[in-house]
Amino acid sequence: MIPLKTRSSQVSAMSADAISTEIQLSLRNISKVYPGRKGWMNKMLRQSSSDFVALENINLDIAANTFVSIIGPSGCGKSTLLNIIAGLSTPSTGQVFLDGRAIHKPGPDRGVVFQNYALMPWMTVLENIRFAIETVNPTMPLTRQRSIAQEYINLVGLTGAERKHPHELSGGMKQRVGIARALAINPEILLMDEPFGALDALTRGFLQDEVERIWEQQRKTVILITHSIEEALLLSDQIVMMTRGPHAQIAKILEVPFPRPRHRETLDQHPAYHELKAAMELHLSRETRAVEEARIHKPLTA
Amino acid sequence: MAYGDLPQERPGFSLTKGQQSLLVFVGVLVLVLAVWEIGFNLKWFSQLMPSASATLKELWFWISNPFFDYGPNDQGIGWHILTSLRRVVIGFLIGSAIAIPLGVLIGLSEVVSRGVDPFIQILRPVSPLAWLPLGLGLLKNSEAPAIFVIAITSIWPTLINTKFGVSNVDHAYLDVARTLGASRWRTIIKVILPAAAPSIVSGLRISIGIAWLVIVAAEILVGGTGVGYFIWNEWNNLKITSIITAILVIGSVGLVLDRLFSLVQGWVAFGKQP
Repeated sequence: MIPLKTRSSQVSAMSADAISTEIQLSLRNISKVYPGRKGWMNKMLRQSSSDFVALENINLDIAANTFVSIIGPSGCGKSTLLNIIAGLSTPSTGQVFLDGRAIHKPGPDRGVVFQNYALMPWMTVLENIRFAIETVNPTMPLTRQRSIAQEYINLVGLTGAERKHPHELSGGMKQRVGIARALAINPEILLMDEPFGALDALTRGFLQDEVERIWEQQRKTVILITHSIEEALLLSDQIVMMTRGPHAQIAKILEVPFPRPRHRETLDQHPAYHELKAAMELHLSRETRAVEEARIHKPLTA
Repeated sequence: MAYGDLPQERPGFSLTKGQQSLLVFVGVLVLVLAVWEIGFNLKWFSQLMPSASATLKELWFWISNPFFDYGPNDQGIGWHILTSLRRVVIGFLIGSAIAIPLGVLIGLSEVVSRGVDPFIQILRPVSPLAWLPLGLGLLKNSEAPAIFVIAITSIWPTLINTKFGVSNVDHAYLDVARTLGASRWRTIIKVILPAAAPSIVSGLRISIGIAWLVIVAAEILVGGTGVGYFIWNEWNNLKITSIITAILVIGSVGLVLDRLFSLVQGWVAFGKQP
């Protein structure tokens, strides 16, 4: 349950001293193995397969109020990792700790922004957000729920679209609703799974700027799954680079030292920009090349 | 693309597609009536068959004054339609009240679904009229067996469509509910039922269509009142004109029922094509 007292001030900008370096989220020895088909029946039918190790021994500490991007070649288990943090998927080994508590199932302490928006088509923009608020705070008065929903609609710049249904919105607008819904329950941490992956390049850039603007106001801990280098550099404090799967691991964690607020037009003037970008490009192209080659040499399966 | 769909090249003689369709409709109608009338005059049909003109007159008689009542064997067709509609609506409501909750249950639970499936698979292909003698045996008055048959009829399409809709809810919606920590009950009421609503309404639409088909046959067998009884009574009077009238009226009412559910379908579709 979220204390109501903190709600009134949460949208306003937090002061700099509120940013601490305490560890908020810890991943300890996380592995995810999808068991293969090894029964005698499958062996007889020559359909047996070995275990698929998606993630192997992931350890990661994320400090409060930091924006962390996870980047890696496609199929490296980024989304699996996010689902494990969200509680939608259980790790085969290891544990996730949020503020020192072990996580076993999904909960409103983690807000999730989905790649395909996942808005309820039968609810209006306002109802979609209010549904989230009401689910988390069933006893909250209706007027309070509405005013909070309105507050977040305004935050993501959708004022005036409250009564529209999702099919009347563009992809970019839908994802703003997705972001507003995830933030409106005041989660401790925001999880975003390739939130701009389905958008065209212009809308994507626009929404990245919006996320940067919103993050400056809220400063929540964010984990963003992405495969865009520019997106990661614009938004993140830290970038976690993963190796290719199977047996995906964390290759390297980059610190992004650019001052905030950041603007995409001036970002590349920072001396560290090109060095960081080159390092990421080298890593990603090497991993992607290996993935492609592995696929070529992979034996054909039915 | 058919040749007829190509743009008309001759100016001054172009009809819209709607006008062309209307022309085909009127053409078919005139052709049928003309063949009928000529056939009657040339004695192509049996002695019982009335002429087209006599049938149209009779049609106007029944439609212009549907609500007269000169005793149980001489009532306007409107009364019979209303009686049949009442039975269909009551039976349909009872059937739906069984089918929707049961469909949700078997849609949610794989175990219940597999356990109940043999019953559904065996009972579903049975003609609803096979249940009529059972209804006559179980229920005493003449009204209840017809409603019983309609209720049975209404169950199957709604049940199967509800089960399909519930078990095929987009996983993304369920993930949203899970990440918010929604209870099972809240997930069912606020997420699964609205998401399955288009399927459920399709099932209801099929159900009411079949119910309207079956009521005529049921009333022919049960007798007393209703549009099915009307048809059988007029056959006993050898009045073919009344039977043709009844066929057209039954068809029109069925059309209205179908349109009503089509409206509901559009209302629950939310931007997706139903």
